[in-house]
This record gives sequence, C-alpha cells and structure tokens, in this order.
Amino acid sequence: MDEIVTGITQAFNLIITLNPDVLQIAALSVFISLAATILAACISIPLGGLIHFREFRGKQTLKVIIQTLYSVPTVVVGLILYLLLSKSGPLGFFSLLFTPEGMILGQMVLIIPITTGLVISALSGVDQNISDTLVSLGATEFQSITQIVKEARLAILSAVILAFGRAISEVGVAMMIGGNIAGHTRVLTTAIALQTGMGDFGFSIALGIILLTIALIIVVTMNIITTGLSSEQIIVQGGPPP
Amino acid sequence: MIRIYGLSRQAGGRKILDDISLEIRRGEIFTLIGPSGSGKTTLLRLIDLLDRPTTGKIFFDGKDTDGPEPVRLAIRRRMGMVFQKSAALNTTVAENVAFGLKFRGTDTAQITQRVRSALELVGLSGFEERRAVTLSGGEMQRVAIARAMVTGPEVLLLDEPTANLDPVSTEIIEDLLIKINSRMHTTILFSTHDMIQGQRLAHRMGVIMNGRLAQVGSLHEIFYQPEGKEVARFVGIDTILRGVVQTNENGHAKVMLDHASLEAITPCLPGKKVALYIRPEEVTISIPDGVRRTSVRNQLTGTITRLVSLGPFIRVTVDCGTPITALITTRSCGELGLTVGMTVVASVKATAIHVRADPA
Repeated sequence: MDEIVTGITQAFNLIITLNPDVLQIAALSVFISLAATILAACISIPLGGLIHFREFRGKQTLKVIIQTLYSVPTVVVGLILYLLLSKSGPLGFFSLLFTPEGMILGQMVLIIPITTGLVISALSGVDQNISDTLVSLGATEFQSITQIVKEARLAILSAVILAFGRAISEVGVAMMIGGNIAGHTRVLTTAIALQTGMGDFGFSIALGIILLTIALIIVVTMNIITTGLSSEQIIVQGGPPP
Repeated sequence: MIRIYGLSRQAGGRKILDDISLEIRRGEIFTLIGPSGSGKTTLLRLIDLLDRPTTGKIFFDGKDTDGPEPVRLAIRRRMGMVFQKSAALNTTVAENVAFGLKFRGTDTAQITQRVRSALELVGLSGFEERRAVTLSGGEMQRVAIARAMVTGPEVLLLDEPTANLDPVSTEIIEDLLIKINSRMHTTILFSTHDMIQGQRLAHRMGVIMNGRLAQVGSLHEIFYQPEGKEVARFVGIDTILRGVVQTNENGHAKVMLDHASLEAITPCLPGKKVALYIRPEEVTISIPDGVRRTSVRNQLTGTITRLVSLGPFIRVTVDCGTPITALITTRSCGELGLTVGMTVVASVKATAIHVRADPA
C-alpha cells in the first residue's frame, strides 16, 4: 500500500516539475505515433478509396482480411518486422532496427488495416444517391471520388484518430523494433513496462497518467468531431430553429 | 433530340426493360407514366448515361452515346437529372447548386452569378447560405432542379420528382417545370406514376408497363384511345366491354354486347369482335322518368351495385347486364339521392366510346 501512495506522490512530482526525462519520452511517443498515423492515413485514404470504388475479384475477401488485421497482435507485427529489418534480414540494409523510423514503420503496418477498413466503411456510408447525383451533374470519376471522400470527411477523421490511439498505446512493436533505448527509442509504453520491472513505480505511474491523458484528449476530440457533425447540421443562420 | 432503338436492360437475370424504342422531340415535355416497378427509373438512368443498356442504342442529338467514358461524359454534361429523392451534399445550398459548374471548370465569379439566378428561377432566392440538409423535401427538390438547371442543360430528366411531396410542393414543382420548358425551351422528360400529373404537364406521353413501352402518343390518344387493356386500366378506364359489331353505317356502328347493345363510332365492319373502352367521366347517371329526350345515343337502365367515394367525386357502378362505371360529383350524387340497389339510367355518347378490334 505504501508503495502505491509514494508512487503516486512521486508521479505528480515528476509531472509538476516537468521532469525532462518524462517530457522527452512523452514527446517522442507523440511524435512517433503521430508520424505513423499521418503516413498511414496518406496511404489508407487513397487505398480505401480504390478498394471501395473499384470492382475486382476477391474484393469481399480482401475486406474480410483487412478487418481481421484490425486485431493483429502487436508482438506478431513486431516479430515479422524484426525478422525483416534485422541486419541479416531482407530489409536489413535500411538499418531501421532500433530506430524511431523503424518504430514509425512498425506502427504504420499495425494501423494501416484499421484506417483502410474504416475508410472503406466511411465511404460505404455515403448514400449511393450522392454518387449518382455527382455523376449526373457531370463529374469525372476523379471529381466524384474527391467529393465523396469530402462527404465522408468526419467519419474518416474519426478513423484516423482511432488509429492514433492504437498506435500510441501499443507496446509490442515499440519494444521489439525500438528496443527501449533511453533518449532514442524509449516511449511511454516501453518505459512503463521496463521501469515497473525495475521497481520504479513513481516514474511508471507518471507515464501512465500522461498516457491516460492522451487517451482522454483523443476521446474528447472524437466527441467534438462527431457532435460537431450534428450541430453543423442543426445550427444554421436563418435556418429553422434546432 | 433523343432517339432510342431496341433498348433493353437485364439485371440479376431479370429483364427490367425490354425492346424500348422512343423518340423525344426537342422542346417538348414528355412524360413516362407507368406503375411502380415498371422500369421508368431504369430507362431514365440509361438516358442520363448512368448505366449502360444490355442491348440497343441511344442517340443524343444524332450522336451515338455508346462509347468510351469521356464521350459519354461530354454528352451527359448536356443533360440535367433530378432524382426521386434528391441527395443533399452536406454543405450550403449555394455549394450544392454550384457543383455542376465546378465540375465543368467555370470561374468563381460566374458561378456566384449563375447560382443566384438558378435559385431565383426555382423561387429560393436568399437560401444560398442555408445548409442543404436542413431543407424540407419540397425545397430540396427545387434545389435539385436549380442544381440541374444551373448548367443550362438541353434536356432535363426528372424521375418521379414529386412522388414524396405534399400537394402544395407538387404544384410548385409542376409550375416550375412548365416555366422552365416555356422560358428556356428545355426539353423535359419526366416519369410519374400519377397519370393526372402526366396529363397536366405533358405534350406527349409514353406508358410503360412491365418494362415494355405499351403506348406512346398525345394525351388524347393515351386517355381516350388506349392500345390495350393494361393501358386502359392504368389511365383510369374502368369499363371495358366486349361485343360484336352488328351493323355499321358510315362508321356509326351498333355493337351487340351480352345483354345490351351500344352505338359507337368505328370503321370496324359487321361481324368483327371489338372491345369498347368507356371513360367513367363520360358516363352520366340520371333517374328514369320516361319522357326525357336527348341526343345521347346510348341509354342503359340498370341498378347501382357499388358507390365508392373519392372525396369530391363518387364512382358509381351500374349493372346494366354488364357493369358500367361512371364518375360523378359527390354533390350531384347527393342531389339525385343515389343509393345501392336504385334503378338508374347510365348514358354515354356514341362518340365517347373508344372501339378497338378485340384480339381475343
């Protein structure tokens, strides 16, 4: 019981005094996961669009595979990437193992199925009437796809935020590809795992609180976006009262 | 303007459209009428080049529309389409109306001006900054018409534009279509299952039944000279009687029915089997008083078997050996004191009977 109380006291001290180690770890975590999310989005939005708008054989199977990959264990992704990126592996010459870049790559692999899958369902959520309307208004294929993606923008944005949540909270890839090197690849989750093992509860609790805060910010942002969707529809200048 | 040859479309092993040939003339209002599920939407989608036909060809202004997508896009851009339930894009009304112009690369200043005049045309000036998703069904349909008209299309296609609207909104849309046709000379092709609406707006109409074009013609031809029983029933002819021509003097024929005879105008010669089509509003009902003289050639006495109220009108079925249906005002029904079982005279002018050779 004493351990928990001292741990918590210590944790608040670390946060309030803006401990440089804690800040550095938190900043690196946010940077890596943010980079992975943005890059994953850049790939997933066009990819999801392509899968949604094109008819091809095995489309349904592909969707099932993508959905299965939502819940791929992070350590499995970590293991596969480790084998690929290690010095003797086929991608060893990139020297990405135990680097932040390697971690970004790993998290991208982890979340691309999520963002792609959710982009596909966001686009499927756009009424078929809308695409008919756009085509009948003389849109080229590119113009109509762009417009439909815009129409699904809020659902796509929530997908991206959800993916960021998965990236920042995972341990497997960060540990196996990053290696938890202090000041270089140590992020919130790997640090918590390691410090707890070493009995440094104060430090772990501090990082845990920061991680939870980030999760809270994600949820709040998502709520603002989704309620923003409805208030955008309701509150109209000169329109009927909500 | 639009010529269609042998058009058919199959989907899921089912023939939705079968061998449609049709010509839409420049500047006319043409109505496609037919019951729900008869293929009206499919035909309009093919004409707007949204789908491709299984067989057959569509020519737009003399050009074959069957070609690579860029060719079809160029032709599609000369048309505008309004769907039964118009989709509102989640943005302002002005942006919704502007899409067609944006897709065509019109510059911003022109877009603003043309959007304003399109909204003015449909009577929605000042709605520019409203969000489209907040509009009522009738307002949204008008925005959809503005959205289709803003590019100045040569042909405006509308798929049951008023099917989900209240009577007031429907009337606004109908007036709008007449205005667009007369002011801008836009060729209008619209579908409806409401034959009264078809009658009110169209210069010509086509009746579509089970994927086939049953009849194309003027309003008078469709409503008074339907080709076949299905069309007749659909356009509201309840009384179809079968008989044999007995005599024919210069086109004025006497036709024997099972239990009565009627006079009608037809070139059919004696001995010919015919079907007689009688519109209910052409039949008048009177109380037999023995002395009335009239020019009406056909007067049949019978008993009323059914009275069906349709609001301001009542449909009266009289059994004169064969059932004959009349449509009379509720008011005259009240004044005559009509009830089921009463004996009345059903009268119909010889000229109001449409005679067709009976294939059966």
